[in-house]
Amino acid sequence: MQTRDISELQDFCKKIRRHIIEMITEAKSGHPGGSLSAVETLAVLYLEVMRHDSKNPQWKERDRFILGKGHACPVLYATMAECGYTPVDQLKTLRKMGSIYQGHPDRRFIPALEASTGSLGQGLSVAIGMGLAARMDGNPSRTYVMLGDGEIQEGQIWEAAMFASFHKLDNIVAIVDYNKIQLDGFVKDIMELEPLADKWRSFGWHVVDADGHDLLALRRAFAEAEATKGKPTVLLAHTIKGKGVSFMENNPKFHGMAPTKDECEKALKELA
Amino acid sequence: MAAKTKFDLKMGSATREAFGKTLVQLGRENKDVVVCDADLSKSTMVHWFAQEFPGRFFTCGIAEANMVAIGAGLASAGKIPFVASFSAFVLTKGFEQLRVTVAYPNVNVKVVGTHSGISIGEDGPSQMSIEDLSLATALPGFTVISPADEVSMAAFVRLAASHDGPVFLRAGRAKVPVVYNPDQQFAIGKAIELIDGSDVTLMAHGLMVAESLRAAEILEAEGISTRVVDVPTIKPLDTGAVAKAARETGAIVVGEEHLVDGGLGVKVAQAVTQSHPCVMEFVGVTTYAESGTPEGLLQKYGMTAANMAAAARRAVARKK
Repeated sequence: MQTRDISELQDFCKKIRRHIIEMITEAKSGHPGGSLSAVETLAVLYLEVMRHDSKNPQWKERDRFILGKGHACPVLYATMAECGYTPVDQLKTLRKMGSIYQGHPDRRFIPALEASTGSLGQGLSVAIGMGLAARMDGNPSRTYVMLGDGEIQEGQIWEAAMFASFHKLDNIVAIVDYNKIQLDGFVKDIMELEPLADKWRSFGWHVVDADGHDLLALRRAFAEAEATKGKPTVLLAHTIKGKGVSFMENNPKFHGMAPTKDECEKALKELA
Repeated sequence: MAAKTKFDLKMGSATREAFGKTLVQLGRENKDVVVCDADLSKSTMVHWFAQEFPGRFFTCGIAEANMVAIGAGLASAGKIPFVASFSAFVLTKGFEQLRVTVAYPNVNVKVVGTHSGISIGEDGPSQMSIEDLSLATALPGFTVISPADEVSMAAFVRLAASHDGPVFLRAGRAKVPVVYNPDQQFAIGKAIELIDGSDVTLMAHGLMVAESLRAAEILEAEGISTRVVDVPTIKPLDTGAVAKAARETGAIVVGEEHLVDGGLGVKVAQAVTQSHPCVMEFVGVTTYAESGTPEGLLQKYGMTAANMAAAARRAVARKK
């Protein structure tokens, strides 16, 4: 892990949040809430934790990241662009015909993406396949997969959870972006997940609970995951949907609704 | 000519057995070949691979959706995964995963569905795959293969492995007659003319190829000159062979152990209407079957040489 100044990370996060707001406003559709909640996690992964090289995206020993909750792709696009994978000046073409920044992550347009996602529940299984391949080859590559909290209501997640611990796969890390809100409302009202840590533990995973907006806590959590051998680790990243924009925070409306021009200006002022 | 000139049709092994044996040989030749199983290894016959290559064999438990997507991850990291289960389960329970993690990003996964059709017999309709070709051919980028016998299956397992892109390979449970000599050459996308004829063409895949050969004998005795074409690759279809049959014989009967509402018949009809419209008849399943012996079921549900011959007579009569 290559640590940076916390202030550098904080500046990066603010920049990503501004991109997210501008991209989705320009697209007039998209998912701001779950993009904003995942900003710190992706920042710590891409700037500190993962070994990767945007100049050599097919490097065989790179660490990999899969966004299971593909609808939050603005946060991934902005982070990858700022890391040099794709053009920053095209971010505002999000969701437009011909854009590399498709409505959900699409490897046909950005080959550096590890998986095309958008249908929930499948990213963890794909990550497991990559983890198995790395282990077979003695490749140090680690795979990180971010899941939405609503996403883990999918049955396939638990098929995959059983598999990963049974096969003692310690080179994959699942991150649940636990912002407690899904499309139709609060998770607790749609399909409660608690006791969530117990569920993962009973499936044989090492569980780390952390504040998903606390950069130091995230850094510690990923270090703990890497040090955990013989079982996979899940990070329950407790986050706030819409984090960083007062009127979007904890507001189910902004799961899948673009800000208006006025709301955009207001949001950007808060993120100045 | 490598195809047999006279078809005495000695009974051979099931195509699933040829699949399992060839997979082991392939494993010895290519260390990137890996196998995923959903608790049916003794039935799909990947257990031989598991015995020889335990480090390249992954038990997924009874969880087909997860298995398919794990295959996608393995392939994305450079492996050549064979993901095997009963056709009825891997394509239905894994369909959305085949769509989003395999077909749409064009990932190099080899899906093998054994126990296809109704000839699995006593287990009944829940285990009988009669929709699998409709599903597999619906996926853009997928190559869909249904070999007729042990010789062609062995060849197509290797062709599937060396093909860059997703493949669905269909295998059967029951023993089937040997159609080909061991030196027959096969290629993805190529149909094989087994008997030439001028009045009608019988096109088939899987166990209906042998039935078509038997039907041709019956028809020849009646003075109907019958062409028989094995179409092991259902997608991409050998449209050249279809157009040639339509043009030269003017009547095509498609026989398959699959719903007539999907599969080869529909694909051939599409190709015929785009090239040289001709009379067509379809022999296949029209509904869910029941428990029974494989032979009894094929007879009751109309997938025998007699059914092919009857359809051919209808087609020839309609030409006039």
